[in-house]
Amino acid sequence: MTTTLTKEAAPGPVEEPVLRKPPTRKRLVPYWLLLPGILWLLVFFALPLVYQASTSVQTGSLEEGFQVTWHFQTYVDAFTEYWPQLLRSLLYAGTATALCLLLGYPLAYLIAFKAGRWRNLLLVLVIAPFFTSFLIRTLAWKTILADDSLVVDALNALHVLDVTSWLGWTEGERVLATPMAVVCGLTYNFLPFMILPLYTSLERIDGRLHEAAQDLYASPATTFRKVTFPLSMPGVVSGTLLTFIPASGDYVNAELLGSTDTKMIGNVIQSQFLRVLDYPTAAALSFILMAIVLLMVTVYIRKAGTEDLV
Amino acid sequence: MSWIRKNLVVIAGLLTLAYMILPNVVVMVFSFNKPNGRFNYSWQQFSLDAWKDPCGVADMCESLTLSLQLAAWSTVGAVVLGTMIAFALVRYRFRARGAINSLIFLPMAMPEVVMAASLLTLFLNMGIELGFWTVLIAHIMFCLSFVVTAVKARVMSMDPRLEEAARDLYAGPAQTFLRVTLPIAAPGIAAGALLAFALSFDDFIITNFNAGSTVTFPMFVWGSAQRGTPVQINVIGTAMFVLAVLMVVAGQIITNRRKKTATA
Repeated sequence: MTTTLTKEAAPGPVEEPVLRKPPTRKRLVPYWLLLPGILWLLVFFALPLVYQASTSVQTGSLEEGFQVTWHFQTYVDAFTEYWPQLLRSLLYAGTATALCLLLGYPLAYLIAFKAGRWRNLLLVLVIAPFFTSFLIRTLAWKTILADDSLVVDALNALHVLDVTSWLGWTEGERVLATPMAVVCGLTYNFLPFMILPLYTSLERIDGRLHEAAQDLYASPATTFRKVTFPLSMPGVVSGTLLTFIPASGDYVNAELLGSTDTKMIGNVIQSQFLRVLDYPTAAALSFILMAIVLLMVTVYIRKAGTEDLV
Repeated sequence: MSWIRKNLVVIAGLLTLAYMILPNVVVMVFSFNKPNGRFNYSWQQFSLDAWKDPCGVADMCESLTLSLQLAAWSTVGAVVLGTMIAFALVRYRFRARGAINSLIFLPMAMPEVVMAASLLTLFLNMGIELGFWTVLIAHIMFCLSFVVTAVKARVMSMDPRLEEAARDLYAGPAQTFLRVTLPIAAPGIAAGALLAFALSFDDFIITNFNAGSTVTFPMFVWGSAQRGTPVQINVIGTAMFVLAVLMVVAGQIITNRRKKTATA
């Protein structure tokens, strides 16, 4: 999916419909082609949002039923009660996105420019984790980060955990059930979504540009800063979006690797909806999340200067 | 030291790769474990028990079959609807193009939990019973946009003159479509189909909201994280991984052979 998204972002051939005046019957063809799919999205994507909007301003109880009472107070109450989880979600998702970029960029660069005949193998290895259900792989982190595991023992021996627990990322000699475990899981789960778009935009860069930069006495660092990185911006933009958006609404990592202190907004929406059955609060919270994410995405796309993502 | 500086990118890249592969290795190793208790999180001793009896856990293989069926039908639905939309978007001129583009883009820019919760609201309000059909509806919905983008990218890069040439050679519209257009668009459609299958098969959040008492494989794994994780989960995870990698490698070998015979 990632590759196709970036392809969209790059300046491709402009949509230029065949210019011919067809007879009326033919002019209806696009509408017939669009009808079933668009209807599906309208009924099962757009209409549910309308229903959710109405649910969010309803009051009542499960026994007596819910009525629309334009009770906007639900939004205020939901926000004042759950703003820590909301903030935490954005913080975790932001940190995970930054880490994905930091970890993913060298690998994408390696595959695009240095891998040679190993390129296909490395690409397969990047996609390979997808072939095992992500829940099973997330559970594997429980083993990797368990209290007496090699990784945690090593981190303890190197006194890394002293620093991280001072920062509040871990607790004592534990990693599991701390913010660090959740961010580690989020980063892991969304890394391929960062690497693939980065790779597609890096791979398109003409190698001669690097040579030209060197000929003009640019150091490797300057070449990267002034040539490679700016040219890979489309990949950076779609990669960060593809990581941040799903990460902000995720509740799987927080549930499996975290504790009650690491609950994200997804956990709240899930439990309000499926366990507490407080539909108005759940609907209001998911609207707040949607609004924040859409707002951030719009501002970000404007700033990054690639508006043709669609 | 200078060697490290020179190969810094390679080292950093390979470390990231190790980070990405490590959980798969753990899943594989722990498929040979004989856990002490209900959870398979710490290594006890080597055993082939789970591999000898992969369906030995109640309801697991049923959930796996269900997930495969769901993925297959979602793929068919999303590919048919999505390909039609993609062709309409690239080939025709019509009103409300901007609105339709946003309608296709929005599901991809929406946190999954928001779509999941709102769809459940719809089903609850309509009094529709949750189960196989509600999950299928949801999966087709979120796979659709990805299929559209994959097919659109391919159709957009297609040379329209090829179809004109076919028409000039007296091919009818149906013949042109079946023998020229479709074969050229096939890689895009195949990419979209693979993506839809993978997305549907591995989906958890939307499924969890809209499945009612139906249990898909990811939901089974989720439940087992609470009740106790059978080793068989790791067996399935490992088998899927090995099978998929073998298929990719086989595909690569076949295309390489074809290229060689084509040039020879």
